[in-house]
Amino acid sequence: MAEELKLHRTWSSPFGLRIVWALHIKGIEYDAIFEDLSQKSPELLQYNPIHKKIPVLVHKGKPICESLVILEYIDETWKEAPLLPQDPYEKAMARFWAKFGEEKLLPSIWSVFTGQGEEKKEALGLAVQNLELLEEQLKEKFFGGEKIGYLDLVFGWLAYLLDVFEEVIDLKLFDAGKFPLLSAWMKNFYDAPEIKEHWPPRDKLVTKFQVLHEKYQTANPPK
Amino acid sequence: MGEENKVTLHGMWLSPYVKRVELALKVKGIPFEYIEEDLSNKSPLLLKYNPIHKKVPVLVHNEEPVNESLVILEYIDETWKNGPRLLPEDPYERSKVRFWAAYIQQVMECMLKIFTAEDQEKACEEFYEKLDVLEDGMKKMFPWGSPKIEVGNIGLLDILILVAFGACKAQEEVFGVKFLDPQKAPLIHSWVNTLLELAVLKETVPPRDKVVSFLRAFKERSASAQAQ
Repeated sequence: MAEELKLHRTWSSPFGLRIVWALHIKGIEYDAIFEDLSQKSPELLQYNPIHKKIPVLVHKGKPICESLVILEYIDETWKEAPLLPQDPYEKAMARFWAKFGEEKLLPSIWSVFTGQGEEKKEALGLAVQNLELLEEQLKEKFFGGEKIGYLDLVFGWLAYLLDVFEEVIDLKLFDAGKFPLLSAWMKNFYDAPEIKEHWPPRDKLVTKFQVLHEKYQTANPPK
Repeated sequence: MGEENKVTLHGMWLSPYVKRVELALKVKGIPFEYIEEDLSNKSPLLLKYNPIHKKVPVLVHNEEPVNESLVILEYIDETWKNGPRLLPEDPYERSKVRFWAAYIQQVMECMLKIFTAEDQEKACEEFYEKLDVLEDGMKKMFPWGSPKIEVGNIGLLDILILVAFGACKAQEEVFGVKFLDPQKAPLIHSWVNTLLELAVLKETVPPRDKVVSFLRAFKERSASAQAQ
């Protein structure tokens, strides 16, 4: 029942989108609560007092925080359309690559977005290296195989945010020619029915990241 | 141990991340071969099994490598289903354990920063703040006062807490910081002490004087590096 399941999210956060996609794939109904992070709801602060972040999934009044933890919770609670592989070794590989995505790939790309001058150049080199490692992992249509799985949801943000970043910073981060498999994956993921109806409006995203980019430029002017 | 179930652990004797895996294997009663790595001269096997991060621990099971300590611990739990379960069965309880596993990691990283911080006072402040949150969180997780620790029931959080705080006294001796004050963090303090008394865990803790010498040498190296 929808009143038993709530998702606190924002209109643009890729971390929240992971949960939206997972719930759609599993066919689970829920109430979406859109937060304004400049004015967090009392419920959000009550459910995630430590990090005060979204997404938070609230199931029968019990909150679950951190998008990757939520994905595993969803997969263990609703067993249809499994997101993670069943085999423990395959599962370990998926978790390893998710960690790589969060701790290496995402920060390296974010550093390109926020960085300037030499710092930006170095970050770009690292980001490209990380993308190369990811390209090597694609063996089928999706990271999950023939169907979208956990890792596709973890990396899904690449399919909509990379080109927004490129437009805002006016820098080609992702050369489709160098990454044929990732490029194809991005198109397949972007157009998948369970995924595409949830994309945030692109023009709104560009504006948001332009504002954010300016903030970083003025806070850290190039030396 | 048959060759079809061969388990090897590549590690470094003082690495907390390696200790986590060692403890999990011991707690589950899984026989394994331990290979001590010289991190200044990594073995070709290590580089083959962990080409991306080139780090320890690496667990090799039937020649397949698993990297990243928390990933390894979950892999162990899901592959060897007899003996104590490291994570609970219930999905909500599992989500709480995973949430706090990530938080304990943050607390531990803050603590390790104190070893090399130029502004030690600030680093300590950040650590104590996080430790407070952890203590509070654990109080809520175990409303009856403390986790029930039984030899047959050691879990993921027990392992992580022991590894994060087990060497606090040795650290205090070298860095002069009271990392775990029984007044400020009574639940965690008592939890660690109870764990340290269990034989299966105690034998995995490195001898205090060895830890102290290593940390002293480390402190001297960092101080001279900073002085340059």
